[in-house]
Amino acid sequence: MLAALFKFRGGVKPASHKDESTRAPIARAPLPARLVVPLRQSAGGTPLPLVAAGQKVLKGERIGAPEGNFSAAIHAPTSGTVLAVESRTLPHPSGLSAPCVVIAPDGEERWIERTPVNYAAESPDALRDLLRDSGIVGLGGATFPSHLKLKPGAAGRIGTLIVNGAECEPWITCDDLLMRERAEGIVRGIAILRHIASADRVLIGIEDNKPQAIAAMRAATAQATGVEVVPVPTRYPAGGEKQLIRVLTGIEIPYGRIGPEFGVQCFNVGTAWSAHRAVELGEPLVSRIVTLTGNVERPGNFEVPIGTPIDDLLALVAPRADTDRFIMGGPMMGFTLPRTDLPVTKATNCILAASPALFPPTGPEMPCIRCGACTRACPAELQPHELYWFSRAKNFGKAQEYNIFDCIECGCCAYVCPSNIRLVDYYRFAKTSMRALEREKTASDAARQRFEFRNFRTEREQKEKAERLAAKTAAARQAIAGGEKPAAAPTPAATEQTPALPQLDETKKALIAAAIERARAQKEGVQPKNTDNLAPEKLAEIREIEARRAKVREIAKTPPEEPV
Amino acid sequence: MVSALLVMAGIAVVLGALLGFASIRFKVKGDPLVDKIDAILPQTQCGQCGFPGCKPYAQAIAKGEAEINQCPPGGEEGIRKLADLLGKEFKPLSAEHGVEKPKQVAVIDEALCIGCTLCTQACPVDAIVGAAKQMHTIVAPLCTGCELCVPPCPVDCIAMVPVPETVETWKWKYPVVPIKLKEPA
Ligand code: SF4
Ligand code: SF4
Ligand code: SF4
Ligand code: SF4
Repeated sequence: MLAALFKFRGGVKPASHKDESTRAPIARAPLPARLVVPLRQSAGGTPLPLVAAGQKVLKGERIGAPEGNFSAAIHAPTSGTVLAVESRTLPHPSGLSAPCVVIAPDGEERWIERTPVNYAAESPDALRDLLRDSGIVGLGGATFPSHLKLKPGAAGRIGTLIVNGAECEPWITCDDLLMRERAEGIVRGIAILRHIASADRVLIGIEDNKPQAIAAMRAATAQATGVEVVPVPTRYPAGGEKQLIRVLTGIEIPYGRIGPEFGVQCFNVGTAWSAHRAVELGEPLVSRIVTLTGNVERPGNFEVPIGTPIDDLLALVAPRADTDRFIMGGPMMGFTLPRTDLPVTKATNCILAASPALFPPTGPEMPCIRCGACTRACPAELQPHELYWFSRAKNFGKAQEYNIFDCIECGCCAYVCPSNIRLVDYYRFAKTSMRALEREKTASDAARQRFEFRNFRTEREQKEKAERLAAKTAAARQAIAGGEKPAAAPTPAATEQTPALPQLDETKKALIAAAIERARAQKEGVQPKNTDNLAPEKLAEIREIEARRAKVREIAKTPPEEPV
Repeated sequence: MVSALLVMAGIAVVLGALLGFASIRFKVKGDPLVDKIDAILPQTQCGQCGFPGCKPYAQAIAKGEAEINQCPPGGEEGIRKLADLLGKEFKPLSAEHGVEKPKQVAVIDEALCIGCTLCTQACPVDAIVGAAKQMHTIVAPLCTGCELCVPPCPVDCIAMVPVPETVETWKWKYPVVPIKLKEPA
């Protein structure tokens, strides 16, 4: 019954360090004194805040509305009072801030009204909306909104659903424990995802270094048809989406294409579990499992409300004294946290305490000797050393030619590099720079277009005006020539007094007089009109501003005392 | 000998005809050099270069009537690209045309706007919406930060604010740490 397995190229086998954090079952992290919930927790835009400071919220209440269809909703992780909606530093390599909702929990954990849904009776569209409104995103770390991944359309029908339980990155065990303890829920979630995608076949890929998880998942899927648990060889990055699809189905997804075009789509086990909670229990995504491990006294996995400060979690596991930094994510793909008072988000799968003993600092960067070790290790079948040269030389066009956007930033190349080159940093630099250039180009193209259109429009308007004027003049001339007085002729006497004047002068005079009259009328109309119907306060404000401006002008007139 | 000459002459005639045909068949409309230069210019349309917009400046450069270092929004990088394209020497930004600034957008203090429409007439890219005697506002994604709308406003309610870096627009740092030479004391 075991499907034949395929192989992906490259990959490495770092020490897995999974045992440390799998000894204890998943524990519940206590509610912190403050929750800081970032509004932007998924790819595709920042949801708009739905709450204001001082407002009471219930657990699971929507506090961020997805912007359009491209992000997922954000919910209050517990009941309490909103203290502020303000910019706070995010757990992101940039160390930048973004809008967050700060909540003071009341400790009562009062839920909103939860309405379970019988998914079998619902249409896939309704269920996708439900997933979006429940804030379900990929919990493997990429936080891509799940409802978008389930979208049918031009991409084609998803025949095979891949469920990713590989968890190939060293140290991280949150999916492992979730599968051991909550296999039932995961399998129910998979059934929901399968129903939405109307997939015939489900393959659950789990690395073969997790026998307990495999056994638990096998037991939970024993009754299901078309669902298969497939142990995959332990080799990093077997849990990469494209790599897992390749191993399980033999399908290789080319650059710039997505799974559904080939009839496959991949979901993380944690995502499946939260889809089950959202649909069958009516509980939106308000917490996740986080592995706390590395250089700590009591490593383990915790179910953590989103928004819990990382500091509070570290207190539970007691980092050792020689810890010099904390990594969010694993040692291969994670990044060093700029600070530890930052909140846990839907992307936080692991907090790893690093010490010089555990992760000895790599030596100084040496020149690339073109040994080709990176090329052999690259699971995306790229040529990392070439990408390195081009990124380093900021030769982005060439880097793109060598498919830098195919790089999954897995870190295999840097792991094997004998010259200790931090290759992935170069790729990240090149990729973000190229995206920025792309944005600039789009913006400047749009500006060019608008500028040209504006010029065209101004010209057209001028031409039209000139034409109108010419037509009017002609009409007026004709009218006068016909012996009628123009409508706005100044005085009846004007024409009567000078009957002897030649016809042309007569016309001209009448026209000029009419123009002056028009201008006078217009001028009267144009006087400070827009301050007329304003409220007295507004008028006072404008007067005040006028006074300020007068003063500024005054100051500008007097020469500065000290020439600069 | 004669036959060799004939063959060579024949080849020359055929190739010449081909070239002539190609020059008609693949004729490029417009001036490709102007377009190439225009593609490098930042399209802020601010006029700091002394020309009414980027395209006229591009045309002046192409004709050799303007230096390549007159565009402050393009900055040093822009000058470098122009120098590369035209095979000219790089020269620093000419100070009389302005200084390089981080990207900005204009913001109208809407409470103060009296609706005079002067800013809409000044904006080169139609980024301001409003009507006579109505409040005006700036469509930030369309604003190029040219500052042309600031001086005409009679109530000084337009301010230029720098565009902040966000998580979406943030760029990873260049990993190469430059070796700093000690400055002679
Ligand atoms: S980080 Fe990129 S280039 Fe390096 S091995 Fe992974 S996919 Fe290949
Ligand atoms: S100075 Fe302003 S108008 Fe001139 S090229 Fe540069 S951006 Fe365009
Ligand atoms: S809004 Fe002002 S600064 Fe922005 S593009 Fe228009 S005129 Fe320039
Ligand atoms: S110029 Fe100033 S007052 Fe006039 S419409 Fe523009 S913003 Fe309002």
